[in-house]
Amino acid sequence: MAIWLDHRSKVIVQGMTGTEGRKHTTRMTMFGTRVVAGVTPGKGGQSVTFEEDPIPVFNAVAEAKHATGADVSVVFVPPAFAKGAVMDAIRARLSLVVVITEGIPIKDTAEFRAAAEEAGVRLIGPNCPGIISPGRSNVGIIPPNIARTGHVGLVSKSGTLTYQMMFELGDVGFSSCVGIGGDPIIGTTHIDCLEAFQNDPETDCVVMIGEIGGDAEERAADYIRDHVTKPVAAYVAGFTAPEGKTMGHAGAIVSGSSGTAAAKKRALEKAGVRVGRTPSETAMIVRQIMGKS
Amino acid sequence: MDLFEYQARDLFEAYGVPVLRGIVARTPAEAGAAAEELGTAVVVVKAQVKVGGRGKAGGVKLARSREEAEQHAAAILGMDINGHTVEAVMVAEGAAIAEEYYCSMLLDRANRCYLAMASVEGGVDIERLAEERPDALARLLLDPRTGLDADAASAVVDAAGFADDVAGEVARVLTLIGTVYRESDATLVEVNPLVRTEDGRIVALDGKVSLDDNAAFRHPEWADLRDESRDDPLEVRAREKGLNYVKLDGQVGVIGNGAGLVMSTLDVVAYAGKNLPGMPKPANFLDIGGGASAQVMADGLDIILSDPQVSVVFVNVFGGITACSEVAKGIREALIQLGHRATRPIVVRLDGNAVDVGRAMLEEYGHPLVEVVGTMDDAAARAAELASAALGGN
Repeated sequence: MAIWLDHRSKVIVQGMTGTEGRKHTTRMTMFGTRVVAGVTPGKGGQSVTFEEDPIPVFNAVAEAKHATGADVSVVFVPPAFAKGAVMDAIRARLSLVVVITEGIPIKDTAEFRAAAEEAGVRLIGPNCPGIISPGRSNVGIIPPNIARTGHVGLVSKSGTLTYQMMFELGDVGFSSCVGIGGDPIIGTTHIDCLEAFQNDPETDCVVMIGEIGGDAEERAADYIRDHVTKPVAAYVAGFTAPEGKTMGHAGAIVSGSSGTAAAKKRALEKAGVRVGRTPSETAMIVRQIMGKS
Repeated sequence: MDLFEYQARDLFEAYGVPVLRGIVARTPAEAGAAAEELGTAVVVVKAQVKVGGRGKAGGVKLARSREEAEQHAAAILGMDINGHTVEAVMVAEGAAIAEEYYCSMLLDRANRCYLAMASVEGGVDIERLAEERPDALARLLLDPRTGLDADAASAVVDAAGFADDVAGEVARVLTLIGTVYRESDATLVEVNPLVRTEDGRIVALDGKVSLDDNAAFRHPEWADLRDESRDDPLEVRAREKGLNYVKLDGQVGVIGNGAGLVMSTLDVVAYAGKNLPGMPKPANFLDIGGGASAQVMADGLDIILSDPQVSVVFVNVFGGITACSEVAKGIREALIQLGHRATRPIVVRLDGNAVDVGRAMLEEYGHPLVEVVGTMDDAAARAAELASAALGGN
């Protein structure tokens, strides 16, 4: 078992006919992800060929779901059209919608996130690299060959730190790795992932990567203290970030005295989480936990 | 993007939120002319800065004549308020205030929705009020799909305990605040104080507005609102080149791919430098994003090397989708483009996709300034060591 995504998942790519969508559909299909349909309004009836297999394009997610039995969608649609695309996937009641697009207005995200919750659709992102269950399925843009299948669960706000940690622990292996995204409002949170990993029999240990801004890590720390019995290691980025400056991710900003890396580290350590000073040190902690030091 | 008070005032006016007349002035003479144009017995000369505490700093003054307005403007313009230099004042009509209230609408990250707040005690530090007497501040979580509509506005006004004779009008103004928030893609609209004047009007006397930069593509009118006067000149230049750069105060220039990895790189450099002579620190944040083309690498190096404090550059790239061979090519072409302007050592750490090819390419290139180090921690230590040596004059 992995969380939310496995070899049976049938995937729709929204924006498959665009440059990014095409590039990453190629990568996903090469890895073995079952991409069964593309959706681009106005291009229904066409198809795009990947690895010699034509994948049909539909005008709407509901049509694609009806024709293919898809249950997952990944969104590569540009910011101006992202809300429409995500709402289309929510209305079709897929089980999982992964939004890769960076730069979506907060208002749009706030609206489709509320709609997803109401419809019972799991939303990952936006502004995220997606989710991978190594050896089984990969939805998004995470490089599939960095790490093997194993028993560590990973949740991270940052894409490249996800890759870095997967690389450091490539031989230890992962059940699932979830990039939840760096925007101020996101669908799936650290807490959602912690809960899923706690309940996943294949996951023995969780590594959590956070960064400055908001209080998601502090709330995750409370959740860990009360609900997570599996060992958790963590890393927090942004100790040197100045106040009031956005550090790349729209949500990565220290406002006044809130959202600092130091406060997040303190909260996590108080909850019994071992926090590494660097990604490498964090990886060493995970190795010790997994008995592979 | 945060707005100045006068920009917020203009935005409020455009949506029908009741405001007083106000004119922005950048010289004492302009302020005098504005006072005369307003023609009220009393005008208020207010410093325009995007920071709190201007009242205490002497940045708000009443004037009863054109001359007095000019004098106050002369004193306020150029004043330093908590590190911000005053470059403009707003001359506004004076008002006879009977009561001061507070209201706002903002993004609530924790609850992933919007929050409306109101209090019958305005004009004070609202964070302190929230802490000391939370009951005095009514708070209502809003569904993002409906926002601060008429029903929500009435609920907030009821909860805050506004008197019957003003409740209706305050709720109407709150609904308009909700419209400003929605239509302007704001993340904060705050009115403090909202006042009742002695002649019974409800007026937004001072406003604070933050806009969501991600929504700029659908607001061409925002181009006129941007103010780069306080931005670091290197940050402005980087923005023009489409680079995500934040200037810091250190010696190790940092280039990396992905916001998280770059933030982490800054931290690792700072740790490495902490125990070295001179305590070298990271000089900047620079995320070159997923791709690492030669042009982006050259632009990035160019910006970083324009910072005279930088004595060493640390390029930290994890090749996820991008192949390290492409990154190596980028570094090589960037150095050729920069020519003699590339004068400081460059420590490079590459890992991930096609790392062996990338490292081999850099080795073969053999540029005397480029040093390849195997791991992120070791490379950070090496960069900090070089910066420390430069600080010591060795």
